[in-house]
Amino acid sequence: MAQKKSKSTIVERQKEVVNGLKKLGTDIYNQLDKGVFPTIDMPSRSTENIAYDPVTRQYILGERMVSRSARNIRHVKPFTQLAWAAMFSNELTTKKKTSTLRDVYYSAQAYEMTFTDQQESNNIITDLETVTGFSREDFHIFPEERSAIFGDLTIGYTVPGYEGKQLNLTSHPDGVLIGPALTSSEFVSTKADKVIAIEKGALFTRFIEENVHNKHNALLISCGGQAPRQTRSFIRRLKEELNLPVYILTDGDPWGMHIAQVIISGSANAAHLRDLNTPDAVWSGVWASDIVEYKLPTDPLDDVDIKRLYELAKDPRYQNDPLWQREIKMFLKIKKKAEQEAFSRYGLTYIVDEYLPTKLEAKESPGKTK
Amino acid sequence: MAQTFEEISASDFFYRNRDIAGFTNPSRAIFVAIREIVENSLDAAESRKIPPDIFVRLSFEAEATAETQVYRLHVEDNGCGIPPRFIPSAFGQILYGSKYKLKQTRGTFGLGGKMSLLYGQVTTHQAAVITSSTGDTNKIYQFKLMIDIQRNRPIIIDRKVLINKDGWRGTIVEFSLEGDYLRAMPKILEYFKQTAMVNPYANLTFVDPKGRLYKFIRGTTDMPEPPKETNPHPYGVDVELLQRLIAVTDCNNMQDFLRRHFHRVGEITAQKFLEFSQLSPTKNPKKLSHEEIVKLSQNLKRYKDFLPPDASCLSPLGEDLLRAGITKELNPEYLVVHQRKPSTYSGHPFIVEMGIAYGGGVPKAGTFVLYRFANRIPLLYDEASDVSFRVISGMNWRRYKVQPDMPIAIVVHICSTKVPYKTVGKEFIADRAEVRREVANALREVARQLGHFLSRQEHVDREKKRISIFSKYLPRIAQFSAMLAGKERVPDIEKLLKSVQKYGAEEE
Repeated sequence: MAQKKSKSTIVERQKEVVNGLKKLGTDIYNQLDKGVFPTIDMPSRSTENIAYDPVTRQYILGERMVSRSARNIRHVKPFTQLAWAAMFSNELTTKKKTSTLRDVYYSAQAYEMTFTDQQESNNIITDLETVTGFSREDFHIFPEERSAIFGDLTIGYTVPGYEGKQLNLTSHPDGVLIGPALTSSEFVSTKADKVIAIEKGALFTRFIEENVHNKHNALLISCGGQAPRQTRSFIRRLKEELNLPVYILTDGDPWGMHIAQVIISGSANAAHLRDLNTPDAVWSGVWASDIVEYKLPTDPLDDVDIKRLYELAKDPRYQNDPLWQREIKMFLKIKKKAEQEAFSRYGLTYIVDEYLPTKLEAKESPGKTK
Repeated sequence: MAQTFEEISASDFFYRNRDIAGFTNPSRAIFVAIREIVENSLDAAESRKIPPDIFVRLSFEAEATAETQVYRLHVEDNGCGIPPRFIPSAFGQILYGSKYKLKQTRGTFGLGGKMSLLYGQVTTHQAAVITSSTGDTNKIYQFKLMIDIQRNRPIIIDRKVLINKDGWRGTIVEFSLEGDYLRAMPKILEYFKQTAMVNPYANLTFVDPKGRLYKFIRGTTDMPEPPKETNPHPYGVDVELLQRLIAVTDCNNMQDFLRRHFHRVGEITAQKFLEFSQLSPTKNPKKLSHEEIVKLSQNLKRYKDFLPPDASCLSPLGEDLLRAGITKELNPEYLVVHQRKPSTYSGHPFIVEMGIAYGGGVPKAGTFVLYRFANRIPLLYDEASDVSFRVISGMNWRRYKVQPDMPIAIVVHICSTKVPYKTVGKEFIADRAEVRREVANALREVARQLGHFLSRQEHVDREKKRISIFSKYLPRIAQFSAMLAGKERVPDIEKLLKSVQKYGAEEE
């Protein structure tokens, strides 16, 4: 297993991915050639082996390793599937084709490598991520869900047929899909000085209409609920490569709060991967205290919300900044929640003209103060 | 109105009560008639340890009613034959016969064959033709007979003596009867199949009214030892039998009387029993009073120290013949047979033989197929009332890895000097504690062995599956890894595959 810390450009990263896959294939090949049953070792993804790492400020896998052996009757099928998935990913990556998880499931059938169901094939792709340390997007395998970006950023494509072409992301008023072609692009230039990630598409569209990108000199990103991995990885690149601060706006409820947290600290499901989180990103709202301060229209918290809040209170990702615990306590105290749209009671532009500037200037923000 | 009393003969009694002997309806009647005559033929051959050759032909003669027809039944055997002077009575007189001594026989009263003829006569008014030769002389005797039902006497219509040029030995019975063959056909064919199973040393041929030939060829010429005749066991004796024995005995003291006429009673047992029942050993049995005879019969049942009956009067098939018979008719993948030691109920010895067959030619019926036999007769009716059925249903089959949908046939053979039938029709065995226990023990024994077989089988299947998984996936791992590593040559995995197989073989 190899964990890659990469600041290289997209092309170099692709080379690393291909080399990683080739190394896996060579490992198996050499073992077979020596006449032994091949084994593959990888970190265990069981919950006991997932721990929060304060240094990288994300969940990571611990020391515990598991071994997949072709000698074992229960392992030989997933082992073969893993070998197939590596071979298939290698083809995708070298031929610069993209695929989806659903597509992987069907492609396997062409090799008479049937998966019992979608879940089984998804698990094998996660295994491949764990073994190589690359995420499936690096193998050109994308989930179906898409999010979007809008703002003054010029990118240069690397996908076949578009090499050398450039695009400014203000070109289309609905925003540009954060898909394989965009995430594999190189950054050329930007005048923006910050990134605002927004939970919901409706508010993202409102921000574009209200010219927020110009008023605040910002790149706007619509997460579409829980941000997909490629979007999280893209946000990280914006921070790492362009050094842009990242602000996150979500609904004022435990679920919105956690959407921000996953962008900042990553998810347990992706503990085997790096470079998906942006530890310095800031949750700007809507906070529980904003609900009180701005007297927003609210709904009461239901039982599931409250249960979730108690869970989050114990979550290690919520320990590093006092703001998280303060807001959790506030939610539990007021027992109310509010959506981003709640600001519309003060008029359509209030959130842009009044709330947003205040929040962006706020000194106190959960991700930054340590 | 004045009541009239009249004596009725045995023939008359059975004529009026033919249901008792199984002639309940036209379909059942034709089945029972064939069965009774075939059983007599089998007995006739077995009594001389001759492998039976039995030819049965049923031919259509005329329409009778909307549902019944008149058939001519012809049964020919190679048995011991009947001396000419006994032929008329043997076939023309109910309750006449050779089956009143104690040994295992198929019939119980010597009733069935004659009932068949009687039934034929009352439905068709035609005479039966009996042809027989004992093979000792160069003559064949042929009788044309009817039964005088009211007087229970044979009427000889014609008698012929033929020259026996080829040294033929056997008996041919031919008579007409009314019946419903179409409806009876499935049971009749099943009867022949099962008879062939439990008499593997017999050749059975059946030609049905449509001219179709069914042939069951013997699988062996080995035959079980014929049973020896024995005296009655004290536990099975009642007042009537005691009186008959006293009437015929030439013993003039009780000591000798007991030793001579009772099974497993010797000098010392006789002495102790007489002490127990406070009778003088020198007392003349013919001088016993009626009260003393009644008391004697009660004491015979009450005395605990009589030795149990031995099995010399029984003729079980034996494990080898049972195996041969089941193999011949079912050709199963796996078969285990077991013979229990002799046991007794109410003074009657009996032996349970059991076979369990799995797979191969055994039909997958969704439930177990049960073949029941008593004294080598297939029992085809009232399965659910039979003691064996109850024992099988009550068994915890999961203990033996047996699932109800497996192709399994269970063969139960009970032989006894007196099979505990629940009815005269020889249809099912009564649920008696002693019999039930023996059936259950036999079943447990064969089920245990089947269970071993099934788990071995399961293991082999698992191994096969294991090896097939490796041979499916290892070549692909080799292929994919070669593609991934960019190698032309695919690594050789034959050695690995072999190691899996070798490992599998060792585990067995």
